[in-house]
Amino acid sequence: MTSAPLEQRRRLRPSGGQDRVFRIILRCAGAAVLVLMVLVGAFLFSKAIGALRIAGWSFLTTEEWEPDSHHFGIAAVLTGTILIAGVAISIAVPLATGMALYVSEYAPARVRRLLINMVDLMAAVPSVVYGLWGFAFLQGNVIGLARWLSTYFAWFPLFKVTGSDPRDPLATETVYTSSTFIAGMVVALMVTPVICSIMREAFSQAPIGEREGAYALGATRWGMIRSVVIPFGRGGMIGGTMLGLGRALGETIAVYLIISPVFVIQPHVLQNGANSVSALIALRYGESGPVALSALMAAGVALFVLTLIVNFAAGSIVARSRSGAESEA
Amino acid sequence: MTTVPHLVPGVQPEPSEPEERRVTATVSGADVTVALGALIAGISATALIYYWLAPFSGLLGFVVVSFVMFLVFYAALVWLDADGPAVRDRLVGAVVHGLAALLLLALVCVVSFTVWKGYRALVHWNFFTQDLQLAGPLQPLTVGGALHAVVGTLEQIGLALVITVPLGLLCALFLAELRGGFTRFVRTVVEAMTALPSIVAGLFIYAAVLLIHDEQQRLGLNLHFDKSGLAASLAITVMMLPIMIRAADVVLRLVPGNLKEASLALGASRWKTVRTVVLPTARPGLATAIILATARGVGETSPVLLTAGYTAALNADPFHGPQVSLPLATFTLIKSPQPNVVARGFGTAALLLALVLILFLIARLAGGRAPQDLSPRQQRARARQSARDVSRFARRMRTTRKEEQ
Repeated sequence: MTSAPLEQRRRLRPSGGQDRVFRIILRCAGAAVLVLMVLVGAFLFSKAIGALRIAGWSFLTTEEWEPDSHHFGIAAVLTGTILIAGVAISIAVPLATGMALYVSEYAPARVRRLLINMVDLMAAVPSVVYGLWGFAFLQGNVIGLARWLSTYFAWFPLFKVTGSDPRDPLATETVYTSSTFIAGMVVALMVTPVICSIMREAFSQAPIGEREGAYALGATRWGMIRSVVIPFGRGGMIGGTMLGLGRALGETIAVYLIISPVFVIQPHVLQNGANSVSALIALRYGESGPVALSALMAAGVALFVLTLIVNFAAGSIVARSRSGAESEA
Repeated sequence: MTTVPHLVPGVQPEPSEPEERRVTATVSGADVTVALGALIAGISATALIYYWLAPFSGLLGFVVVSFVMFLVFYAALVWLDADGPAVRDRLVGAVVHGLAALLLLALVCVVSFTVWKGYRALVHWNFFTQDLQLAGPLQPLTVGGALHAVVGTLEQIGLALVITVPLGLLCALFLAELRGGFTRFVRTVVEAMTALPSIVAGLFIYAAVLLIHDEQQRLGLNLHFDKSGLAASLAITVMMLPIMIRAADVVLRLVPGNLKEASLALGASRWKTVRTVVLPTARPGLATAIILATARGVGETSPVLLTAGYTAALNADPFHGPQVSLPLATFTLIKSPQPNVVARGFGTAALLLALVLILFLIARLAGGRAPQDLSPRQQRARARQSARDVSRFARRMRTTRKEEQ
């Protein structure tokens, strides 16, 4: 047998030619997206600065919105946004938790896939459809509930309604319409699927060994959920809730359709009159001169910063809650 | 039947009867009976309270009180033959079932309400073939339709997809395939931009593209840019791009590393690895990412509200003049006090819902198939490829053998 010719030493540099072109194209795409995104952010900030210079710190404390007389601020709209999002989250979280637990723990395996699809479909339903439903259907049906809450829970400051005597049977019910509460309910329906799908993912990652261990120790199903599924899914629950909060803060059309805008801080959630930053932008963009437009930009930037903080917090909590077992090998 | 004799002392004979199969179902017949009984008792007790004892009214209250009464009776019935933990377990189970049912009910209610209200407009064929140019607020529903909005929606989302799909997929590949500080920075910025409220994206296009026009005139340029379908699709692009990149990035990062390494170890280049391993493996997920982002883009009203303008006429040219889309038409029409116009608004909403549903179904069909389970056609194609490979190898073996000889 003849000895094989000496093997040539191979070159170990990054493959050239085709691959270099490929890498350059990818980098270009990344750079293009980066430029676009930075452009959006920088443009918004640079346009907002003009209004912030005029208003100064009173931008955060003024309730009125009269940019033409240089008297404007986001105290009322930002409070309104947070109230609507708060109502939405406090309705959405129990609903989403129940649905996520049902899908991951209770539902028969046959319908699980269908349920997941339905929740995802719910997330894809356009916001204008929810707004329409809230405006034309929910508003009329929820007045009774609002009236009941304000009658028996008025000692809770948020549920107080001024200008209506609940014991007067002939009192007009318009005071309960177009409120933060109704807008919050509609937004809750929009963010529930978002929260639910993250919670479900977190719940289904609870390890099977611990689940079976709990059962073997004699736990009931709820005992197993309480001691295994919820502790494992806690990060996902918090993170999903905050992501939902981020969506709720930025919601425009449904809120715009339902509320009747007021420019005072309106803490009575059941009462007619509410406001939000995004509804303000949708309402006022058309009639705006340069200062007013800059003021709207400033309001938009404030909202953006708020959702940004919420989203990043959510992202880091979700990321920390994952064990990393399913990430890349 | 013969009995087995004692062959070995101390070993019990096998039981003559076959062992009874144990029931492993988690729900027994008694549980169902108890739940049904509690439900009937709850509804009856509520009816008693409502119609005989107290002056309550309202369907919502009735349902809520019935559910509470059901829980009370259910707990009491379970308490009869089980202890504390079991009662708590059943109660939580009932509440979880109730919450899930409530959510599904809300979804069904939203969808069916929209379709039911829009039915009056949807039954007329002209709703799909005409625009609203000739249909005044008092015209009957046999005149006018939503064709202009359908055309506008399709053109705007089409234009937005022309930009977002190539750019989004390339950027997602960039994030998933290349390492380094620059990649991390781009990923952070993209994640930050997913938080951008859609109305702010619309405001950006409104201020940066539509109003810049005045400054251009000052500078002597004349790039005439009005409210148009193009402006709307740019706003949708700004909103959709980060969503799509993020979803696609997640999918691409789920491609197993050992598959990629196997491809590289066989001598394939990075590009070839991406083309033949990464993209086919991630294809269903990528399709889902694109289509779900499209559904978001189709349904968003707020960026379109600021940038598209409103017209009742069909405008097939997205580059000039206002062009209305389905969500914007819905939004505008339902604010009218005229019942016929409102019915048209619900009709457009139902069309929008149908469009989203179709997109969603396509996404599920595309995403439902994992890369390894192939359709019959794909299997035949694989078999043909495999046969070609075998004959190629055989040819090569023959030639090398000839050379050796």
